[in-house]
Amino acid sequence: MTLRLDAITKTVGGAVHIDRVSLDLAPGSFNVLLGRTLAGKTTLLRLIAGLDRPTSGRILDDGRDVTGRGVAGRDVAMVYQQFINYPSFTVFENIASPLRRKGMDAVEIERRVKRTAAMLRIDGLLDRLPSQLSGGQQQRTAIARALVKEAGLLLLDEPLVNLDYKLREELREELRVLFAERRTVVVYATTEPAEALILGGNTGVLHEGRLLQFGPTLQVYGRPVDTDAGAIFSDPPMNFIDGILTDDGVALSDGTHLPLAAHERGLPAGPCRIGVRANHLGVVRRGDQSVAVPARVELAEISGSETFIHVVHNGVPLVAREEGIHTHPIGEIIPVYFDPARVFVFAPDGRLLAAPRSLPNRLKGVA
Amino acid sequence: MDKPWNNRAWFLVIPVFVLVAFSAIIPLMTVVNYSVQDIFGPGQAFWVGTEWFEKVLHDERLHDALVRQILFSLAVLAIEIPLGILVALSMPADKGWRTSLVLVLLALPLLIPWNVVGTIWQIFGRADIGLGGAAIRALGIDYNYTGNPRDAWLTVLVMDVWHWTSLVALLCYAGLRAIPPAYYQAAKIDGASRWAVFRHIELPKMRGVLIIAVLLRFMDSFMIYTEPFVLTGGGPGNATTFLSQYLTRMAVGQFDLGVAAAFSLIYFLIVLLFSYVFYTFITTVGTGDRS
Repeated sequence: MTLRLDAITKTVGGAVHIDRVSLDLAPGSFNVLLGRTLAGKTTLLRLIAGLDRPTSGRILDDGRDVTGRGVAGRDVAMVYQQFINYPSFTVFENIASPLRRKGMDAVEIERRVKRTAAMLRIDGLLDRLPSQLSGGQQQRTAIARALVKEAGLLLLDEPLVNLDYKLREELREELRVLFAERRTVVVYATTEPAEALILGGNTGVLHEGRLLQFGPTLQVYGRPVDTDAGAIFSDPPMNFIDGILTDDGVALSDGTHLPLAAHERGLPAGPCRIGVRANHLGVVRRGDQSVAVPARVELAEISGSETFIHVVHNGVPLVAREEGIHTHPIGEIIPVYFDPARVFVFAPDGRLLAAPRSLPNRLKGVA
Repeated sequence: MDKPWNNRAWFLVIPVFVLVAFSAIIPLMTVVNYSVQDIFGPGQAFWVGTEWFEKVLHDERLHDALVRQILFSLAVLAIEIPLGILVALSMPADKGWRTSLVLVLLALPLLIPWNVVGTIWQIFGRADIGLGGAAIRALGIDYNYTGNPRDAWLTVLVMDVWHWTSLVALLCYAGLRAIPPAYYQAAKIDGASRWAVFRHIELPKMRGVLIIAVLLRFMDSFMIYTEPFVLTGGGPGNATTFLSQYLTRMAVGQFDLGVAAAFSLIYFLIVLLFSYVFYTFITTVGTGDRS
């Protein structure tokens, strides 16, 4: 199926939850909806599923208008943040339930359930009840139930949030493989930039009910349309420093001068806002990091393999990410370094003016 | 490594032990004491062994009371549990004033003392001045709970349903509200019917509270005393004389303390046994231990 959203708007009691969202989702495409909590991801999924009706706008399925059609008339399956299975059904019966609804014959049901269960590696648990499964197994059952239906549209609403870190990584890897070979339109809502990057496909950035940007994930990551999209598609959020764009570079508000980088050539002079991702901001000087700004240390979050150093520069909070363990006493003034060639330039109203030339080539662990 | 062993830990359970001793063990032992002796006064006790127990077990009127009691409890469960579920399902789910109003109205009967409930229904059911009784009479039905055993029975039953269905409804309501909305969404996407939603989502999710509701209502109805005592006094004849009322009659009315004590123990064991069997049954069936 090809799904088209045409200026979908949803208002509830005067509050706009979804604001004129338009999207084209191709058959077999994997689409991530990236947005913070309350950005409208779940609301948009509900509208796409037909659980709610948009206040205005149209939803087209292969060109047919299905806006007014309820969920029963849509060809859709959904996986939720909570592990939703029928409590009194075994794993087998849970996975079989959508097929039984369709009135499929028993042999075919058994074949499909077993195949899907094997894909999700729960084929040894078919006789268990959901209450006898671990969280990861419960979610695998729920995903199997959604997959077995072979619906034209599969919606996943933060399906890995309630799993612990290890299981989340494992299942995420498997999902990527599972969806790669399907003709289904998949929409996957998440708050985590890393999830969007790992799952690949397309990414739409949702902010306060508006779709800021939609396109191939790496392209969106490399060229966020504005400061909001940049902040949402970075973890920790992108750092922003105000400055003035001139002929020979950018003068930051504290007086630091940034030499003009290749991608900034030809931009109109005037006030601007530069954006630097945490992984391009360091406390250890590297060859290409020619600019240093002084900052006061607020906090150092050590995760083991890396450290997030929270600092304040000229009244603006920044976060730098460094490999390994770095300890700095709180209150110490240290220089933070960055490479002018890795800097995003935004207009004062937030629009992107220039993005660093090449796409980041070290994606793993970047977001 | 040596296993740490410290007998002083026993001191920590002493407060609980003392409390339980005073609230349960000592009173129970007193009853046991009475059930195997004939006690006339301090120092005048004679060992009678199982005589009282034999007497109790051969008491025809007691058998009748027991049958009546079981019928009553089963009737109470058969009406109050489905009715409570039905009420809970039809209650508003939002957080508006309507929900608050319904909750307050439902809780009202639970706040009325037992003997007052009896009095209310005694007056309400009277054929001459009672609102309920007179209304039924006006419909042409010859209703009289003081003279007709069937009417007395129905009145006691209706009174209990009125008094306690709220409890079941409130428990079920709490159970229903604990179901994440995503379950209903998932059912909608699956195209499940209202009945399927109830049967496969709501009912299994209410299991825990339903077990509690059934246990509470069973034990409570099995020990019912005050309301029928106030309403009918156990009559007409012995039509509404349930176990505890029969027991009171023996202990206080006829002062057969030995028989009453023996009977109390049997009564206690019956409640314990029923509850245990029921609980084991309910918690085993449907949890997958069927293999």
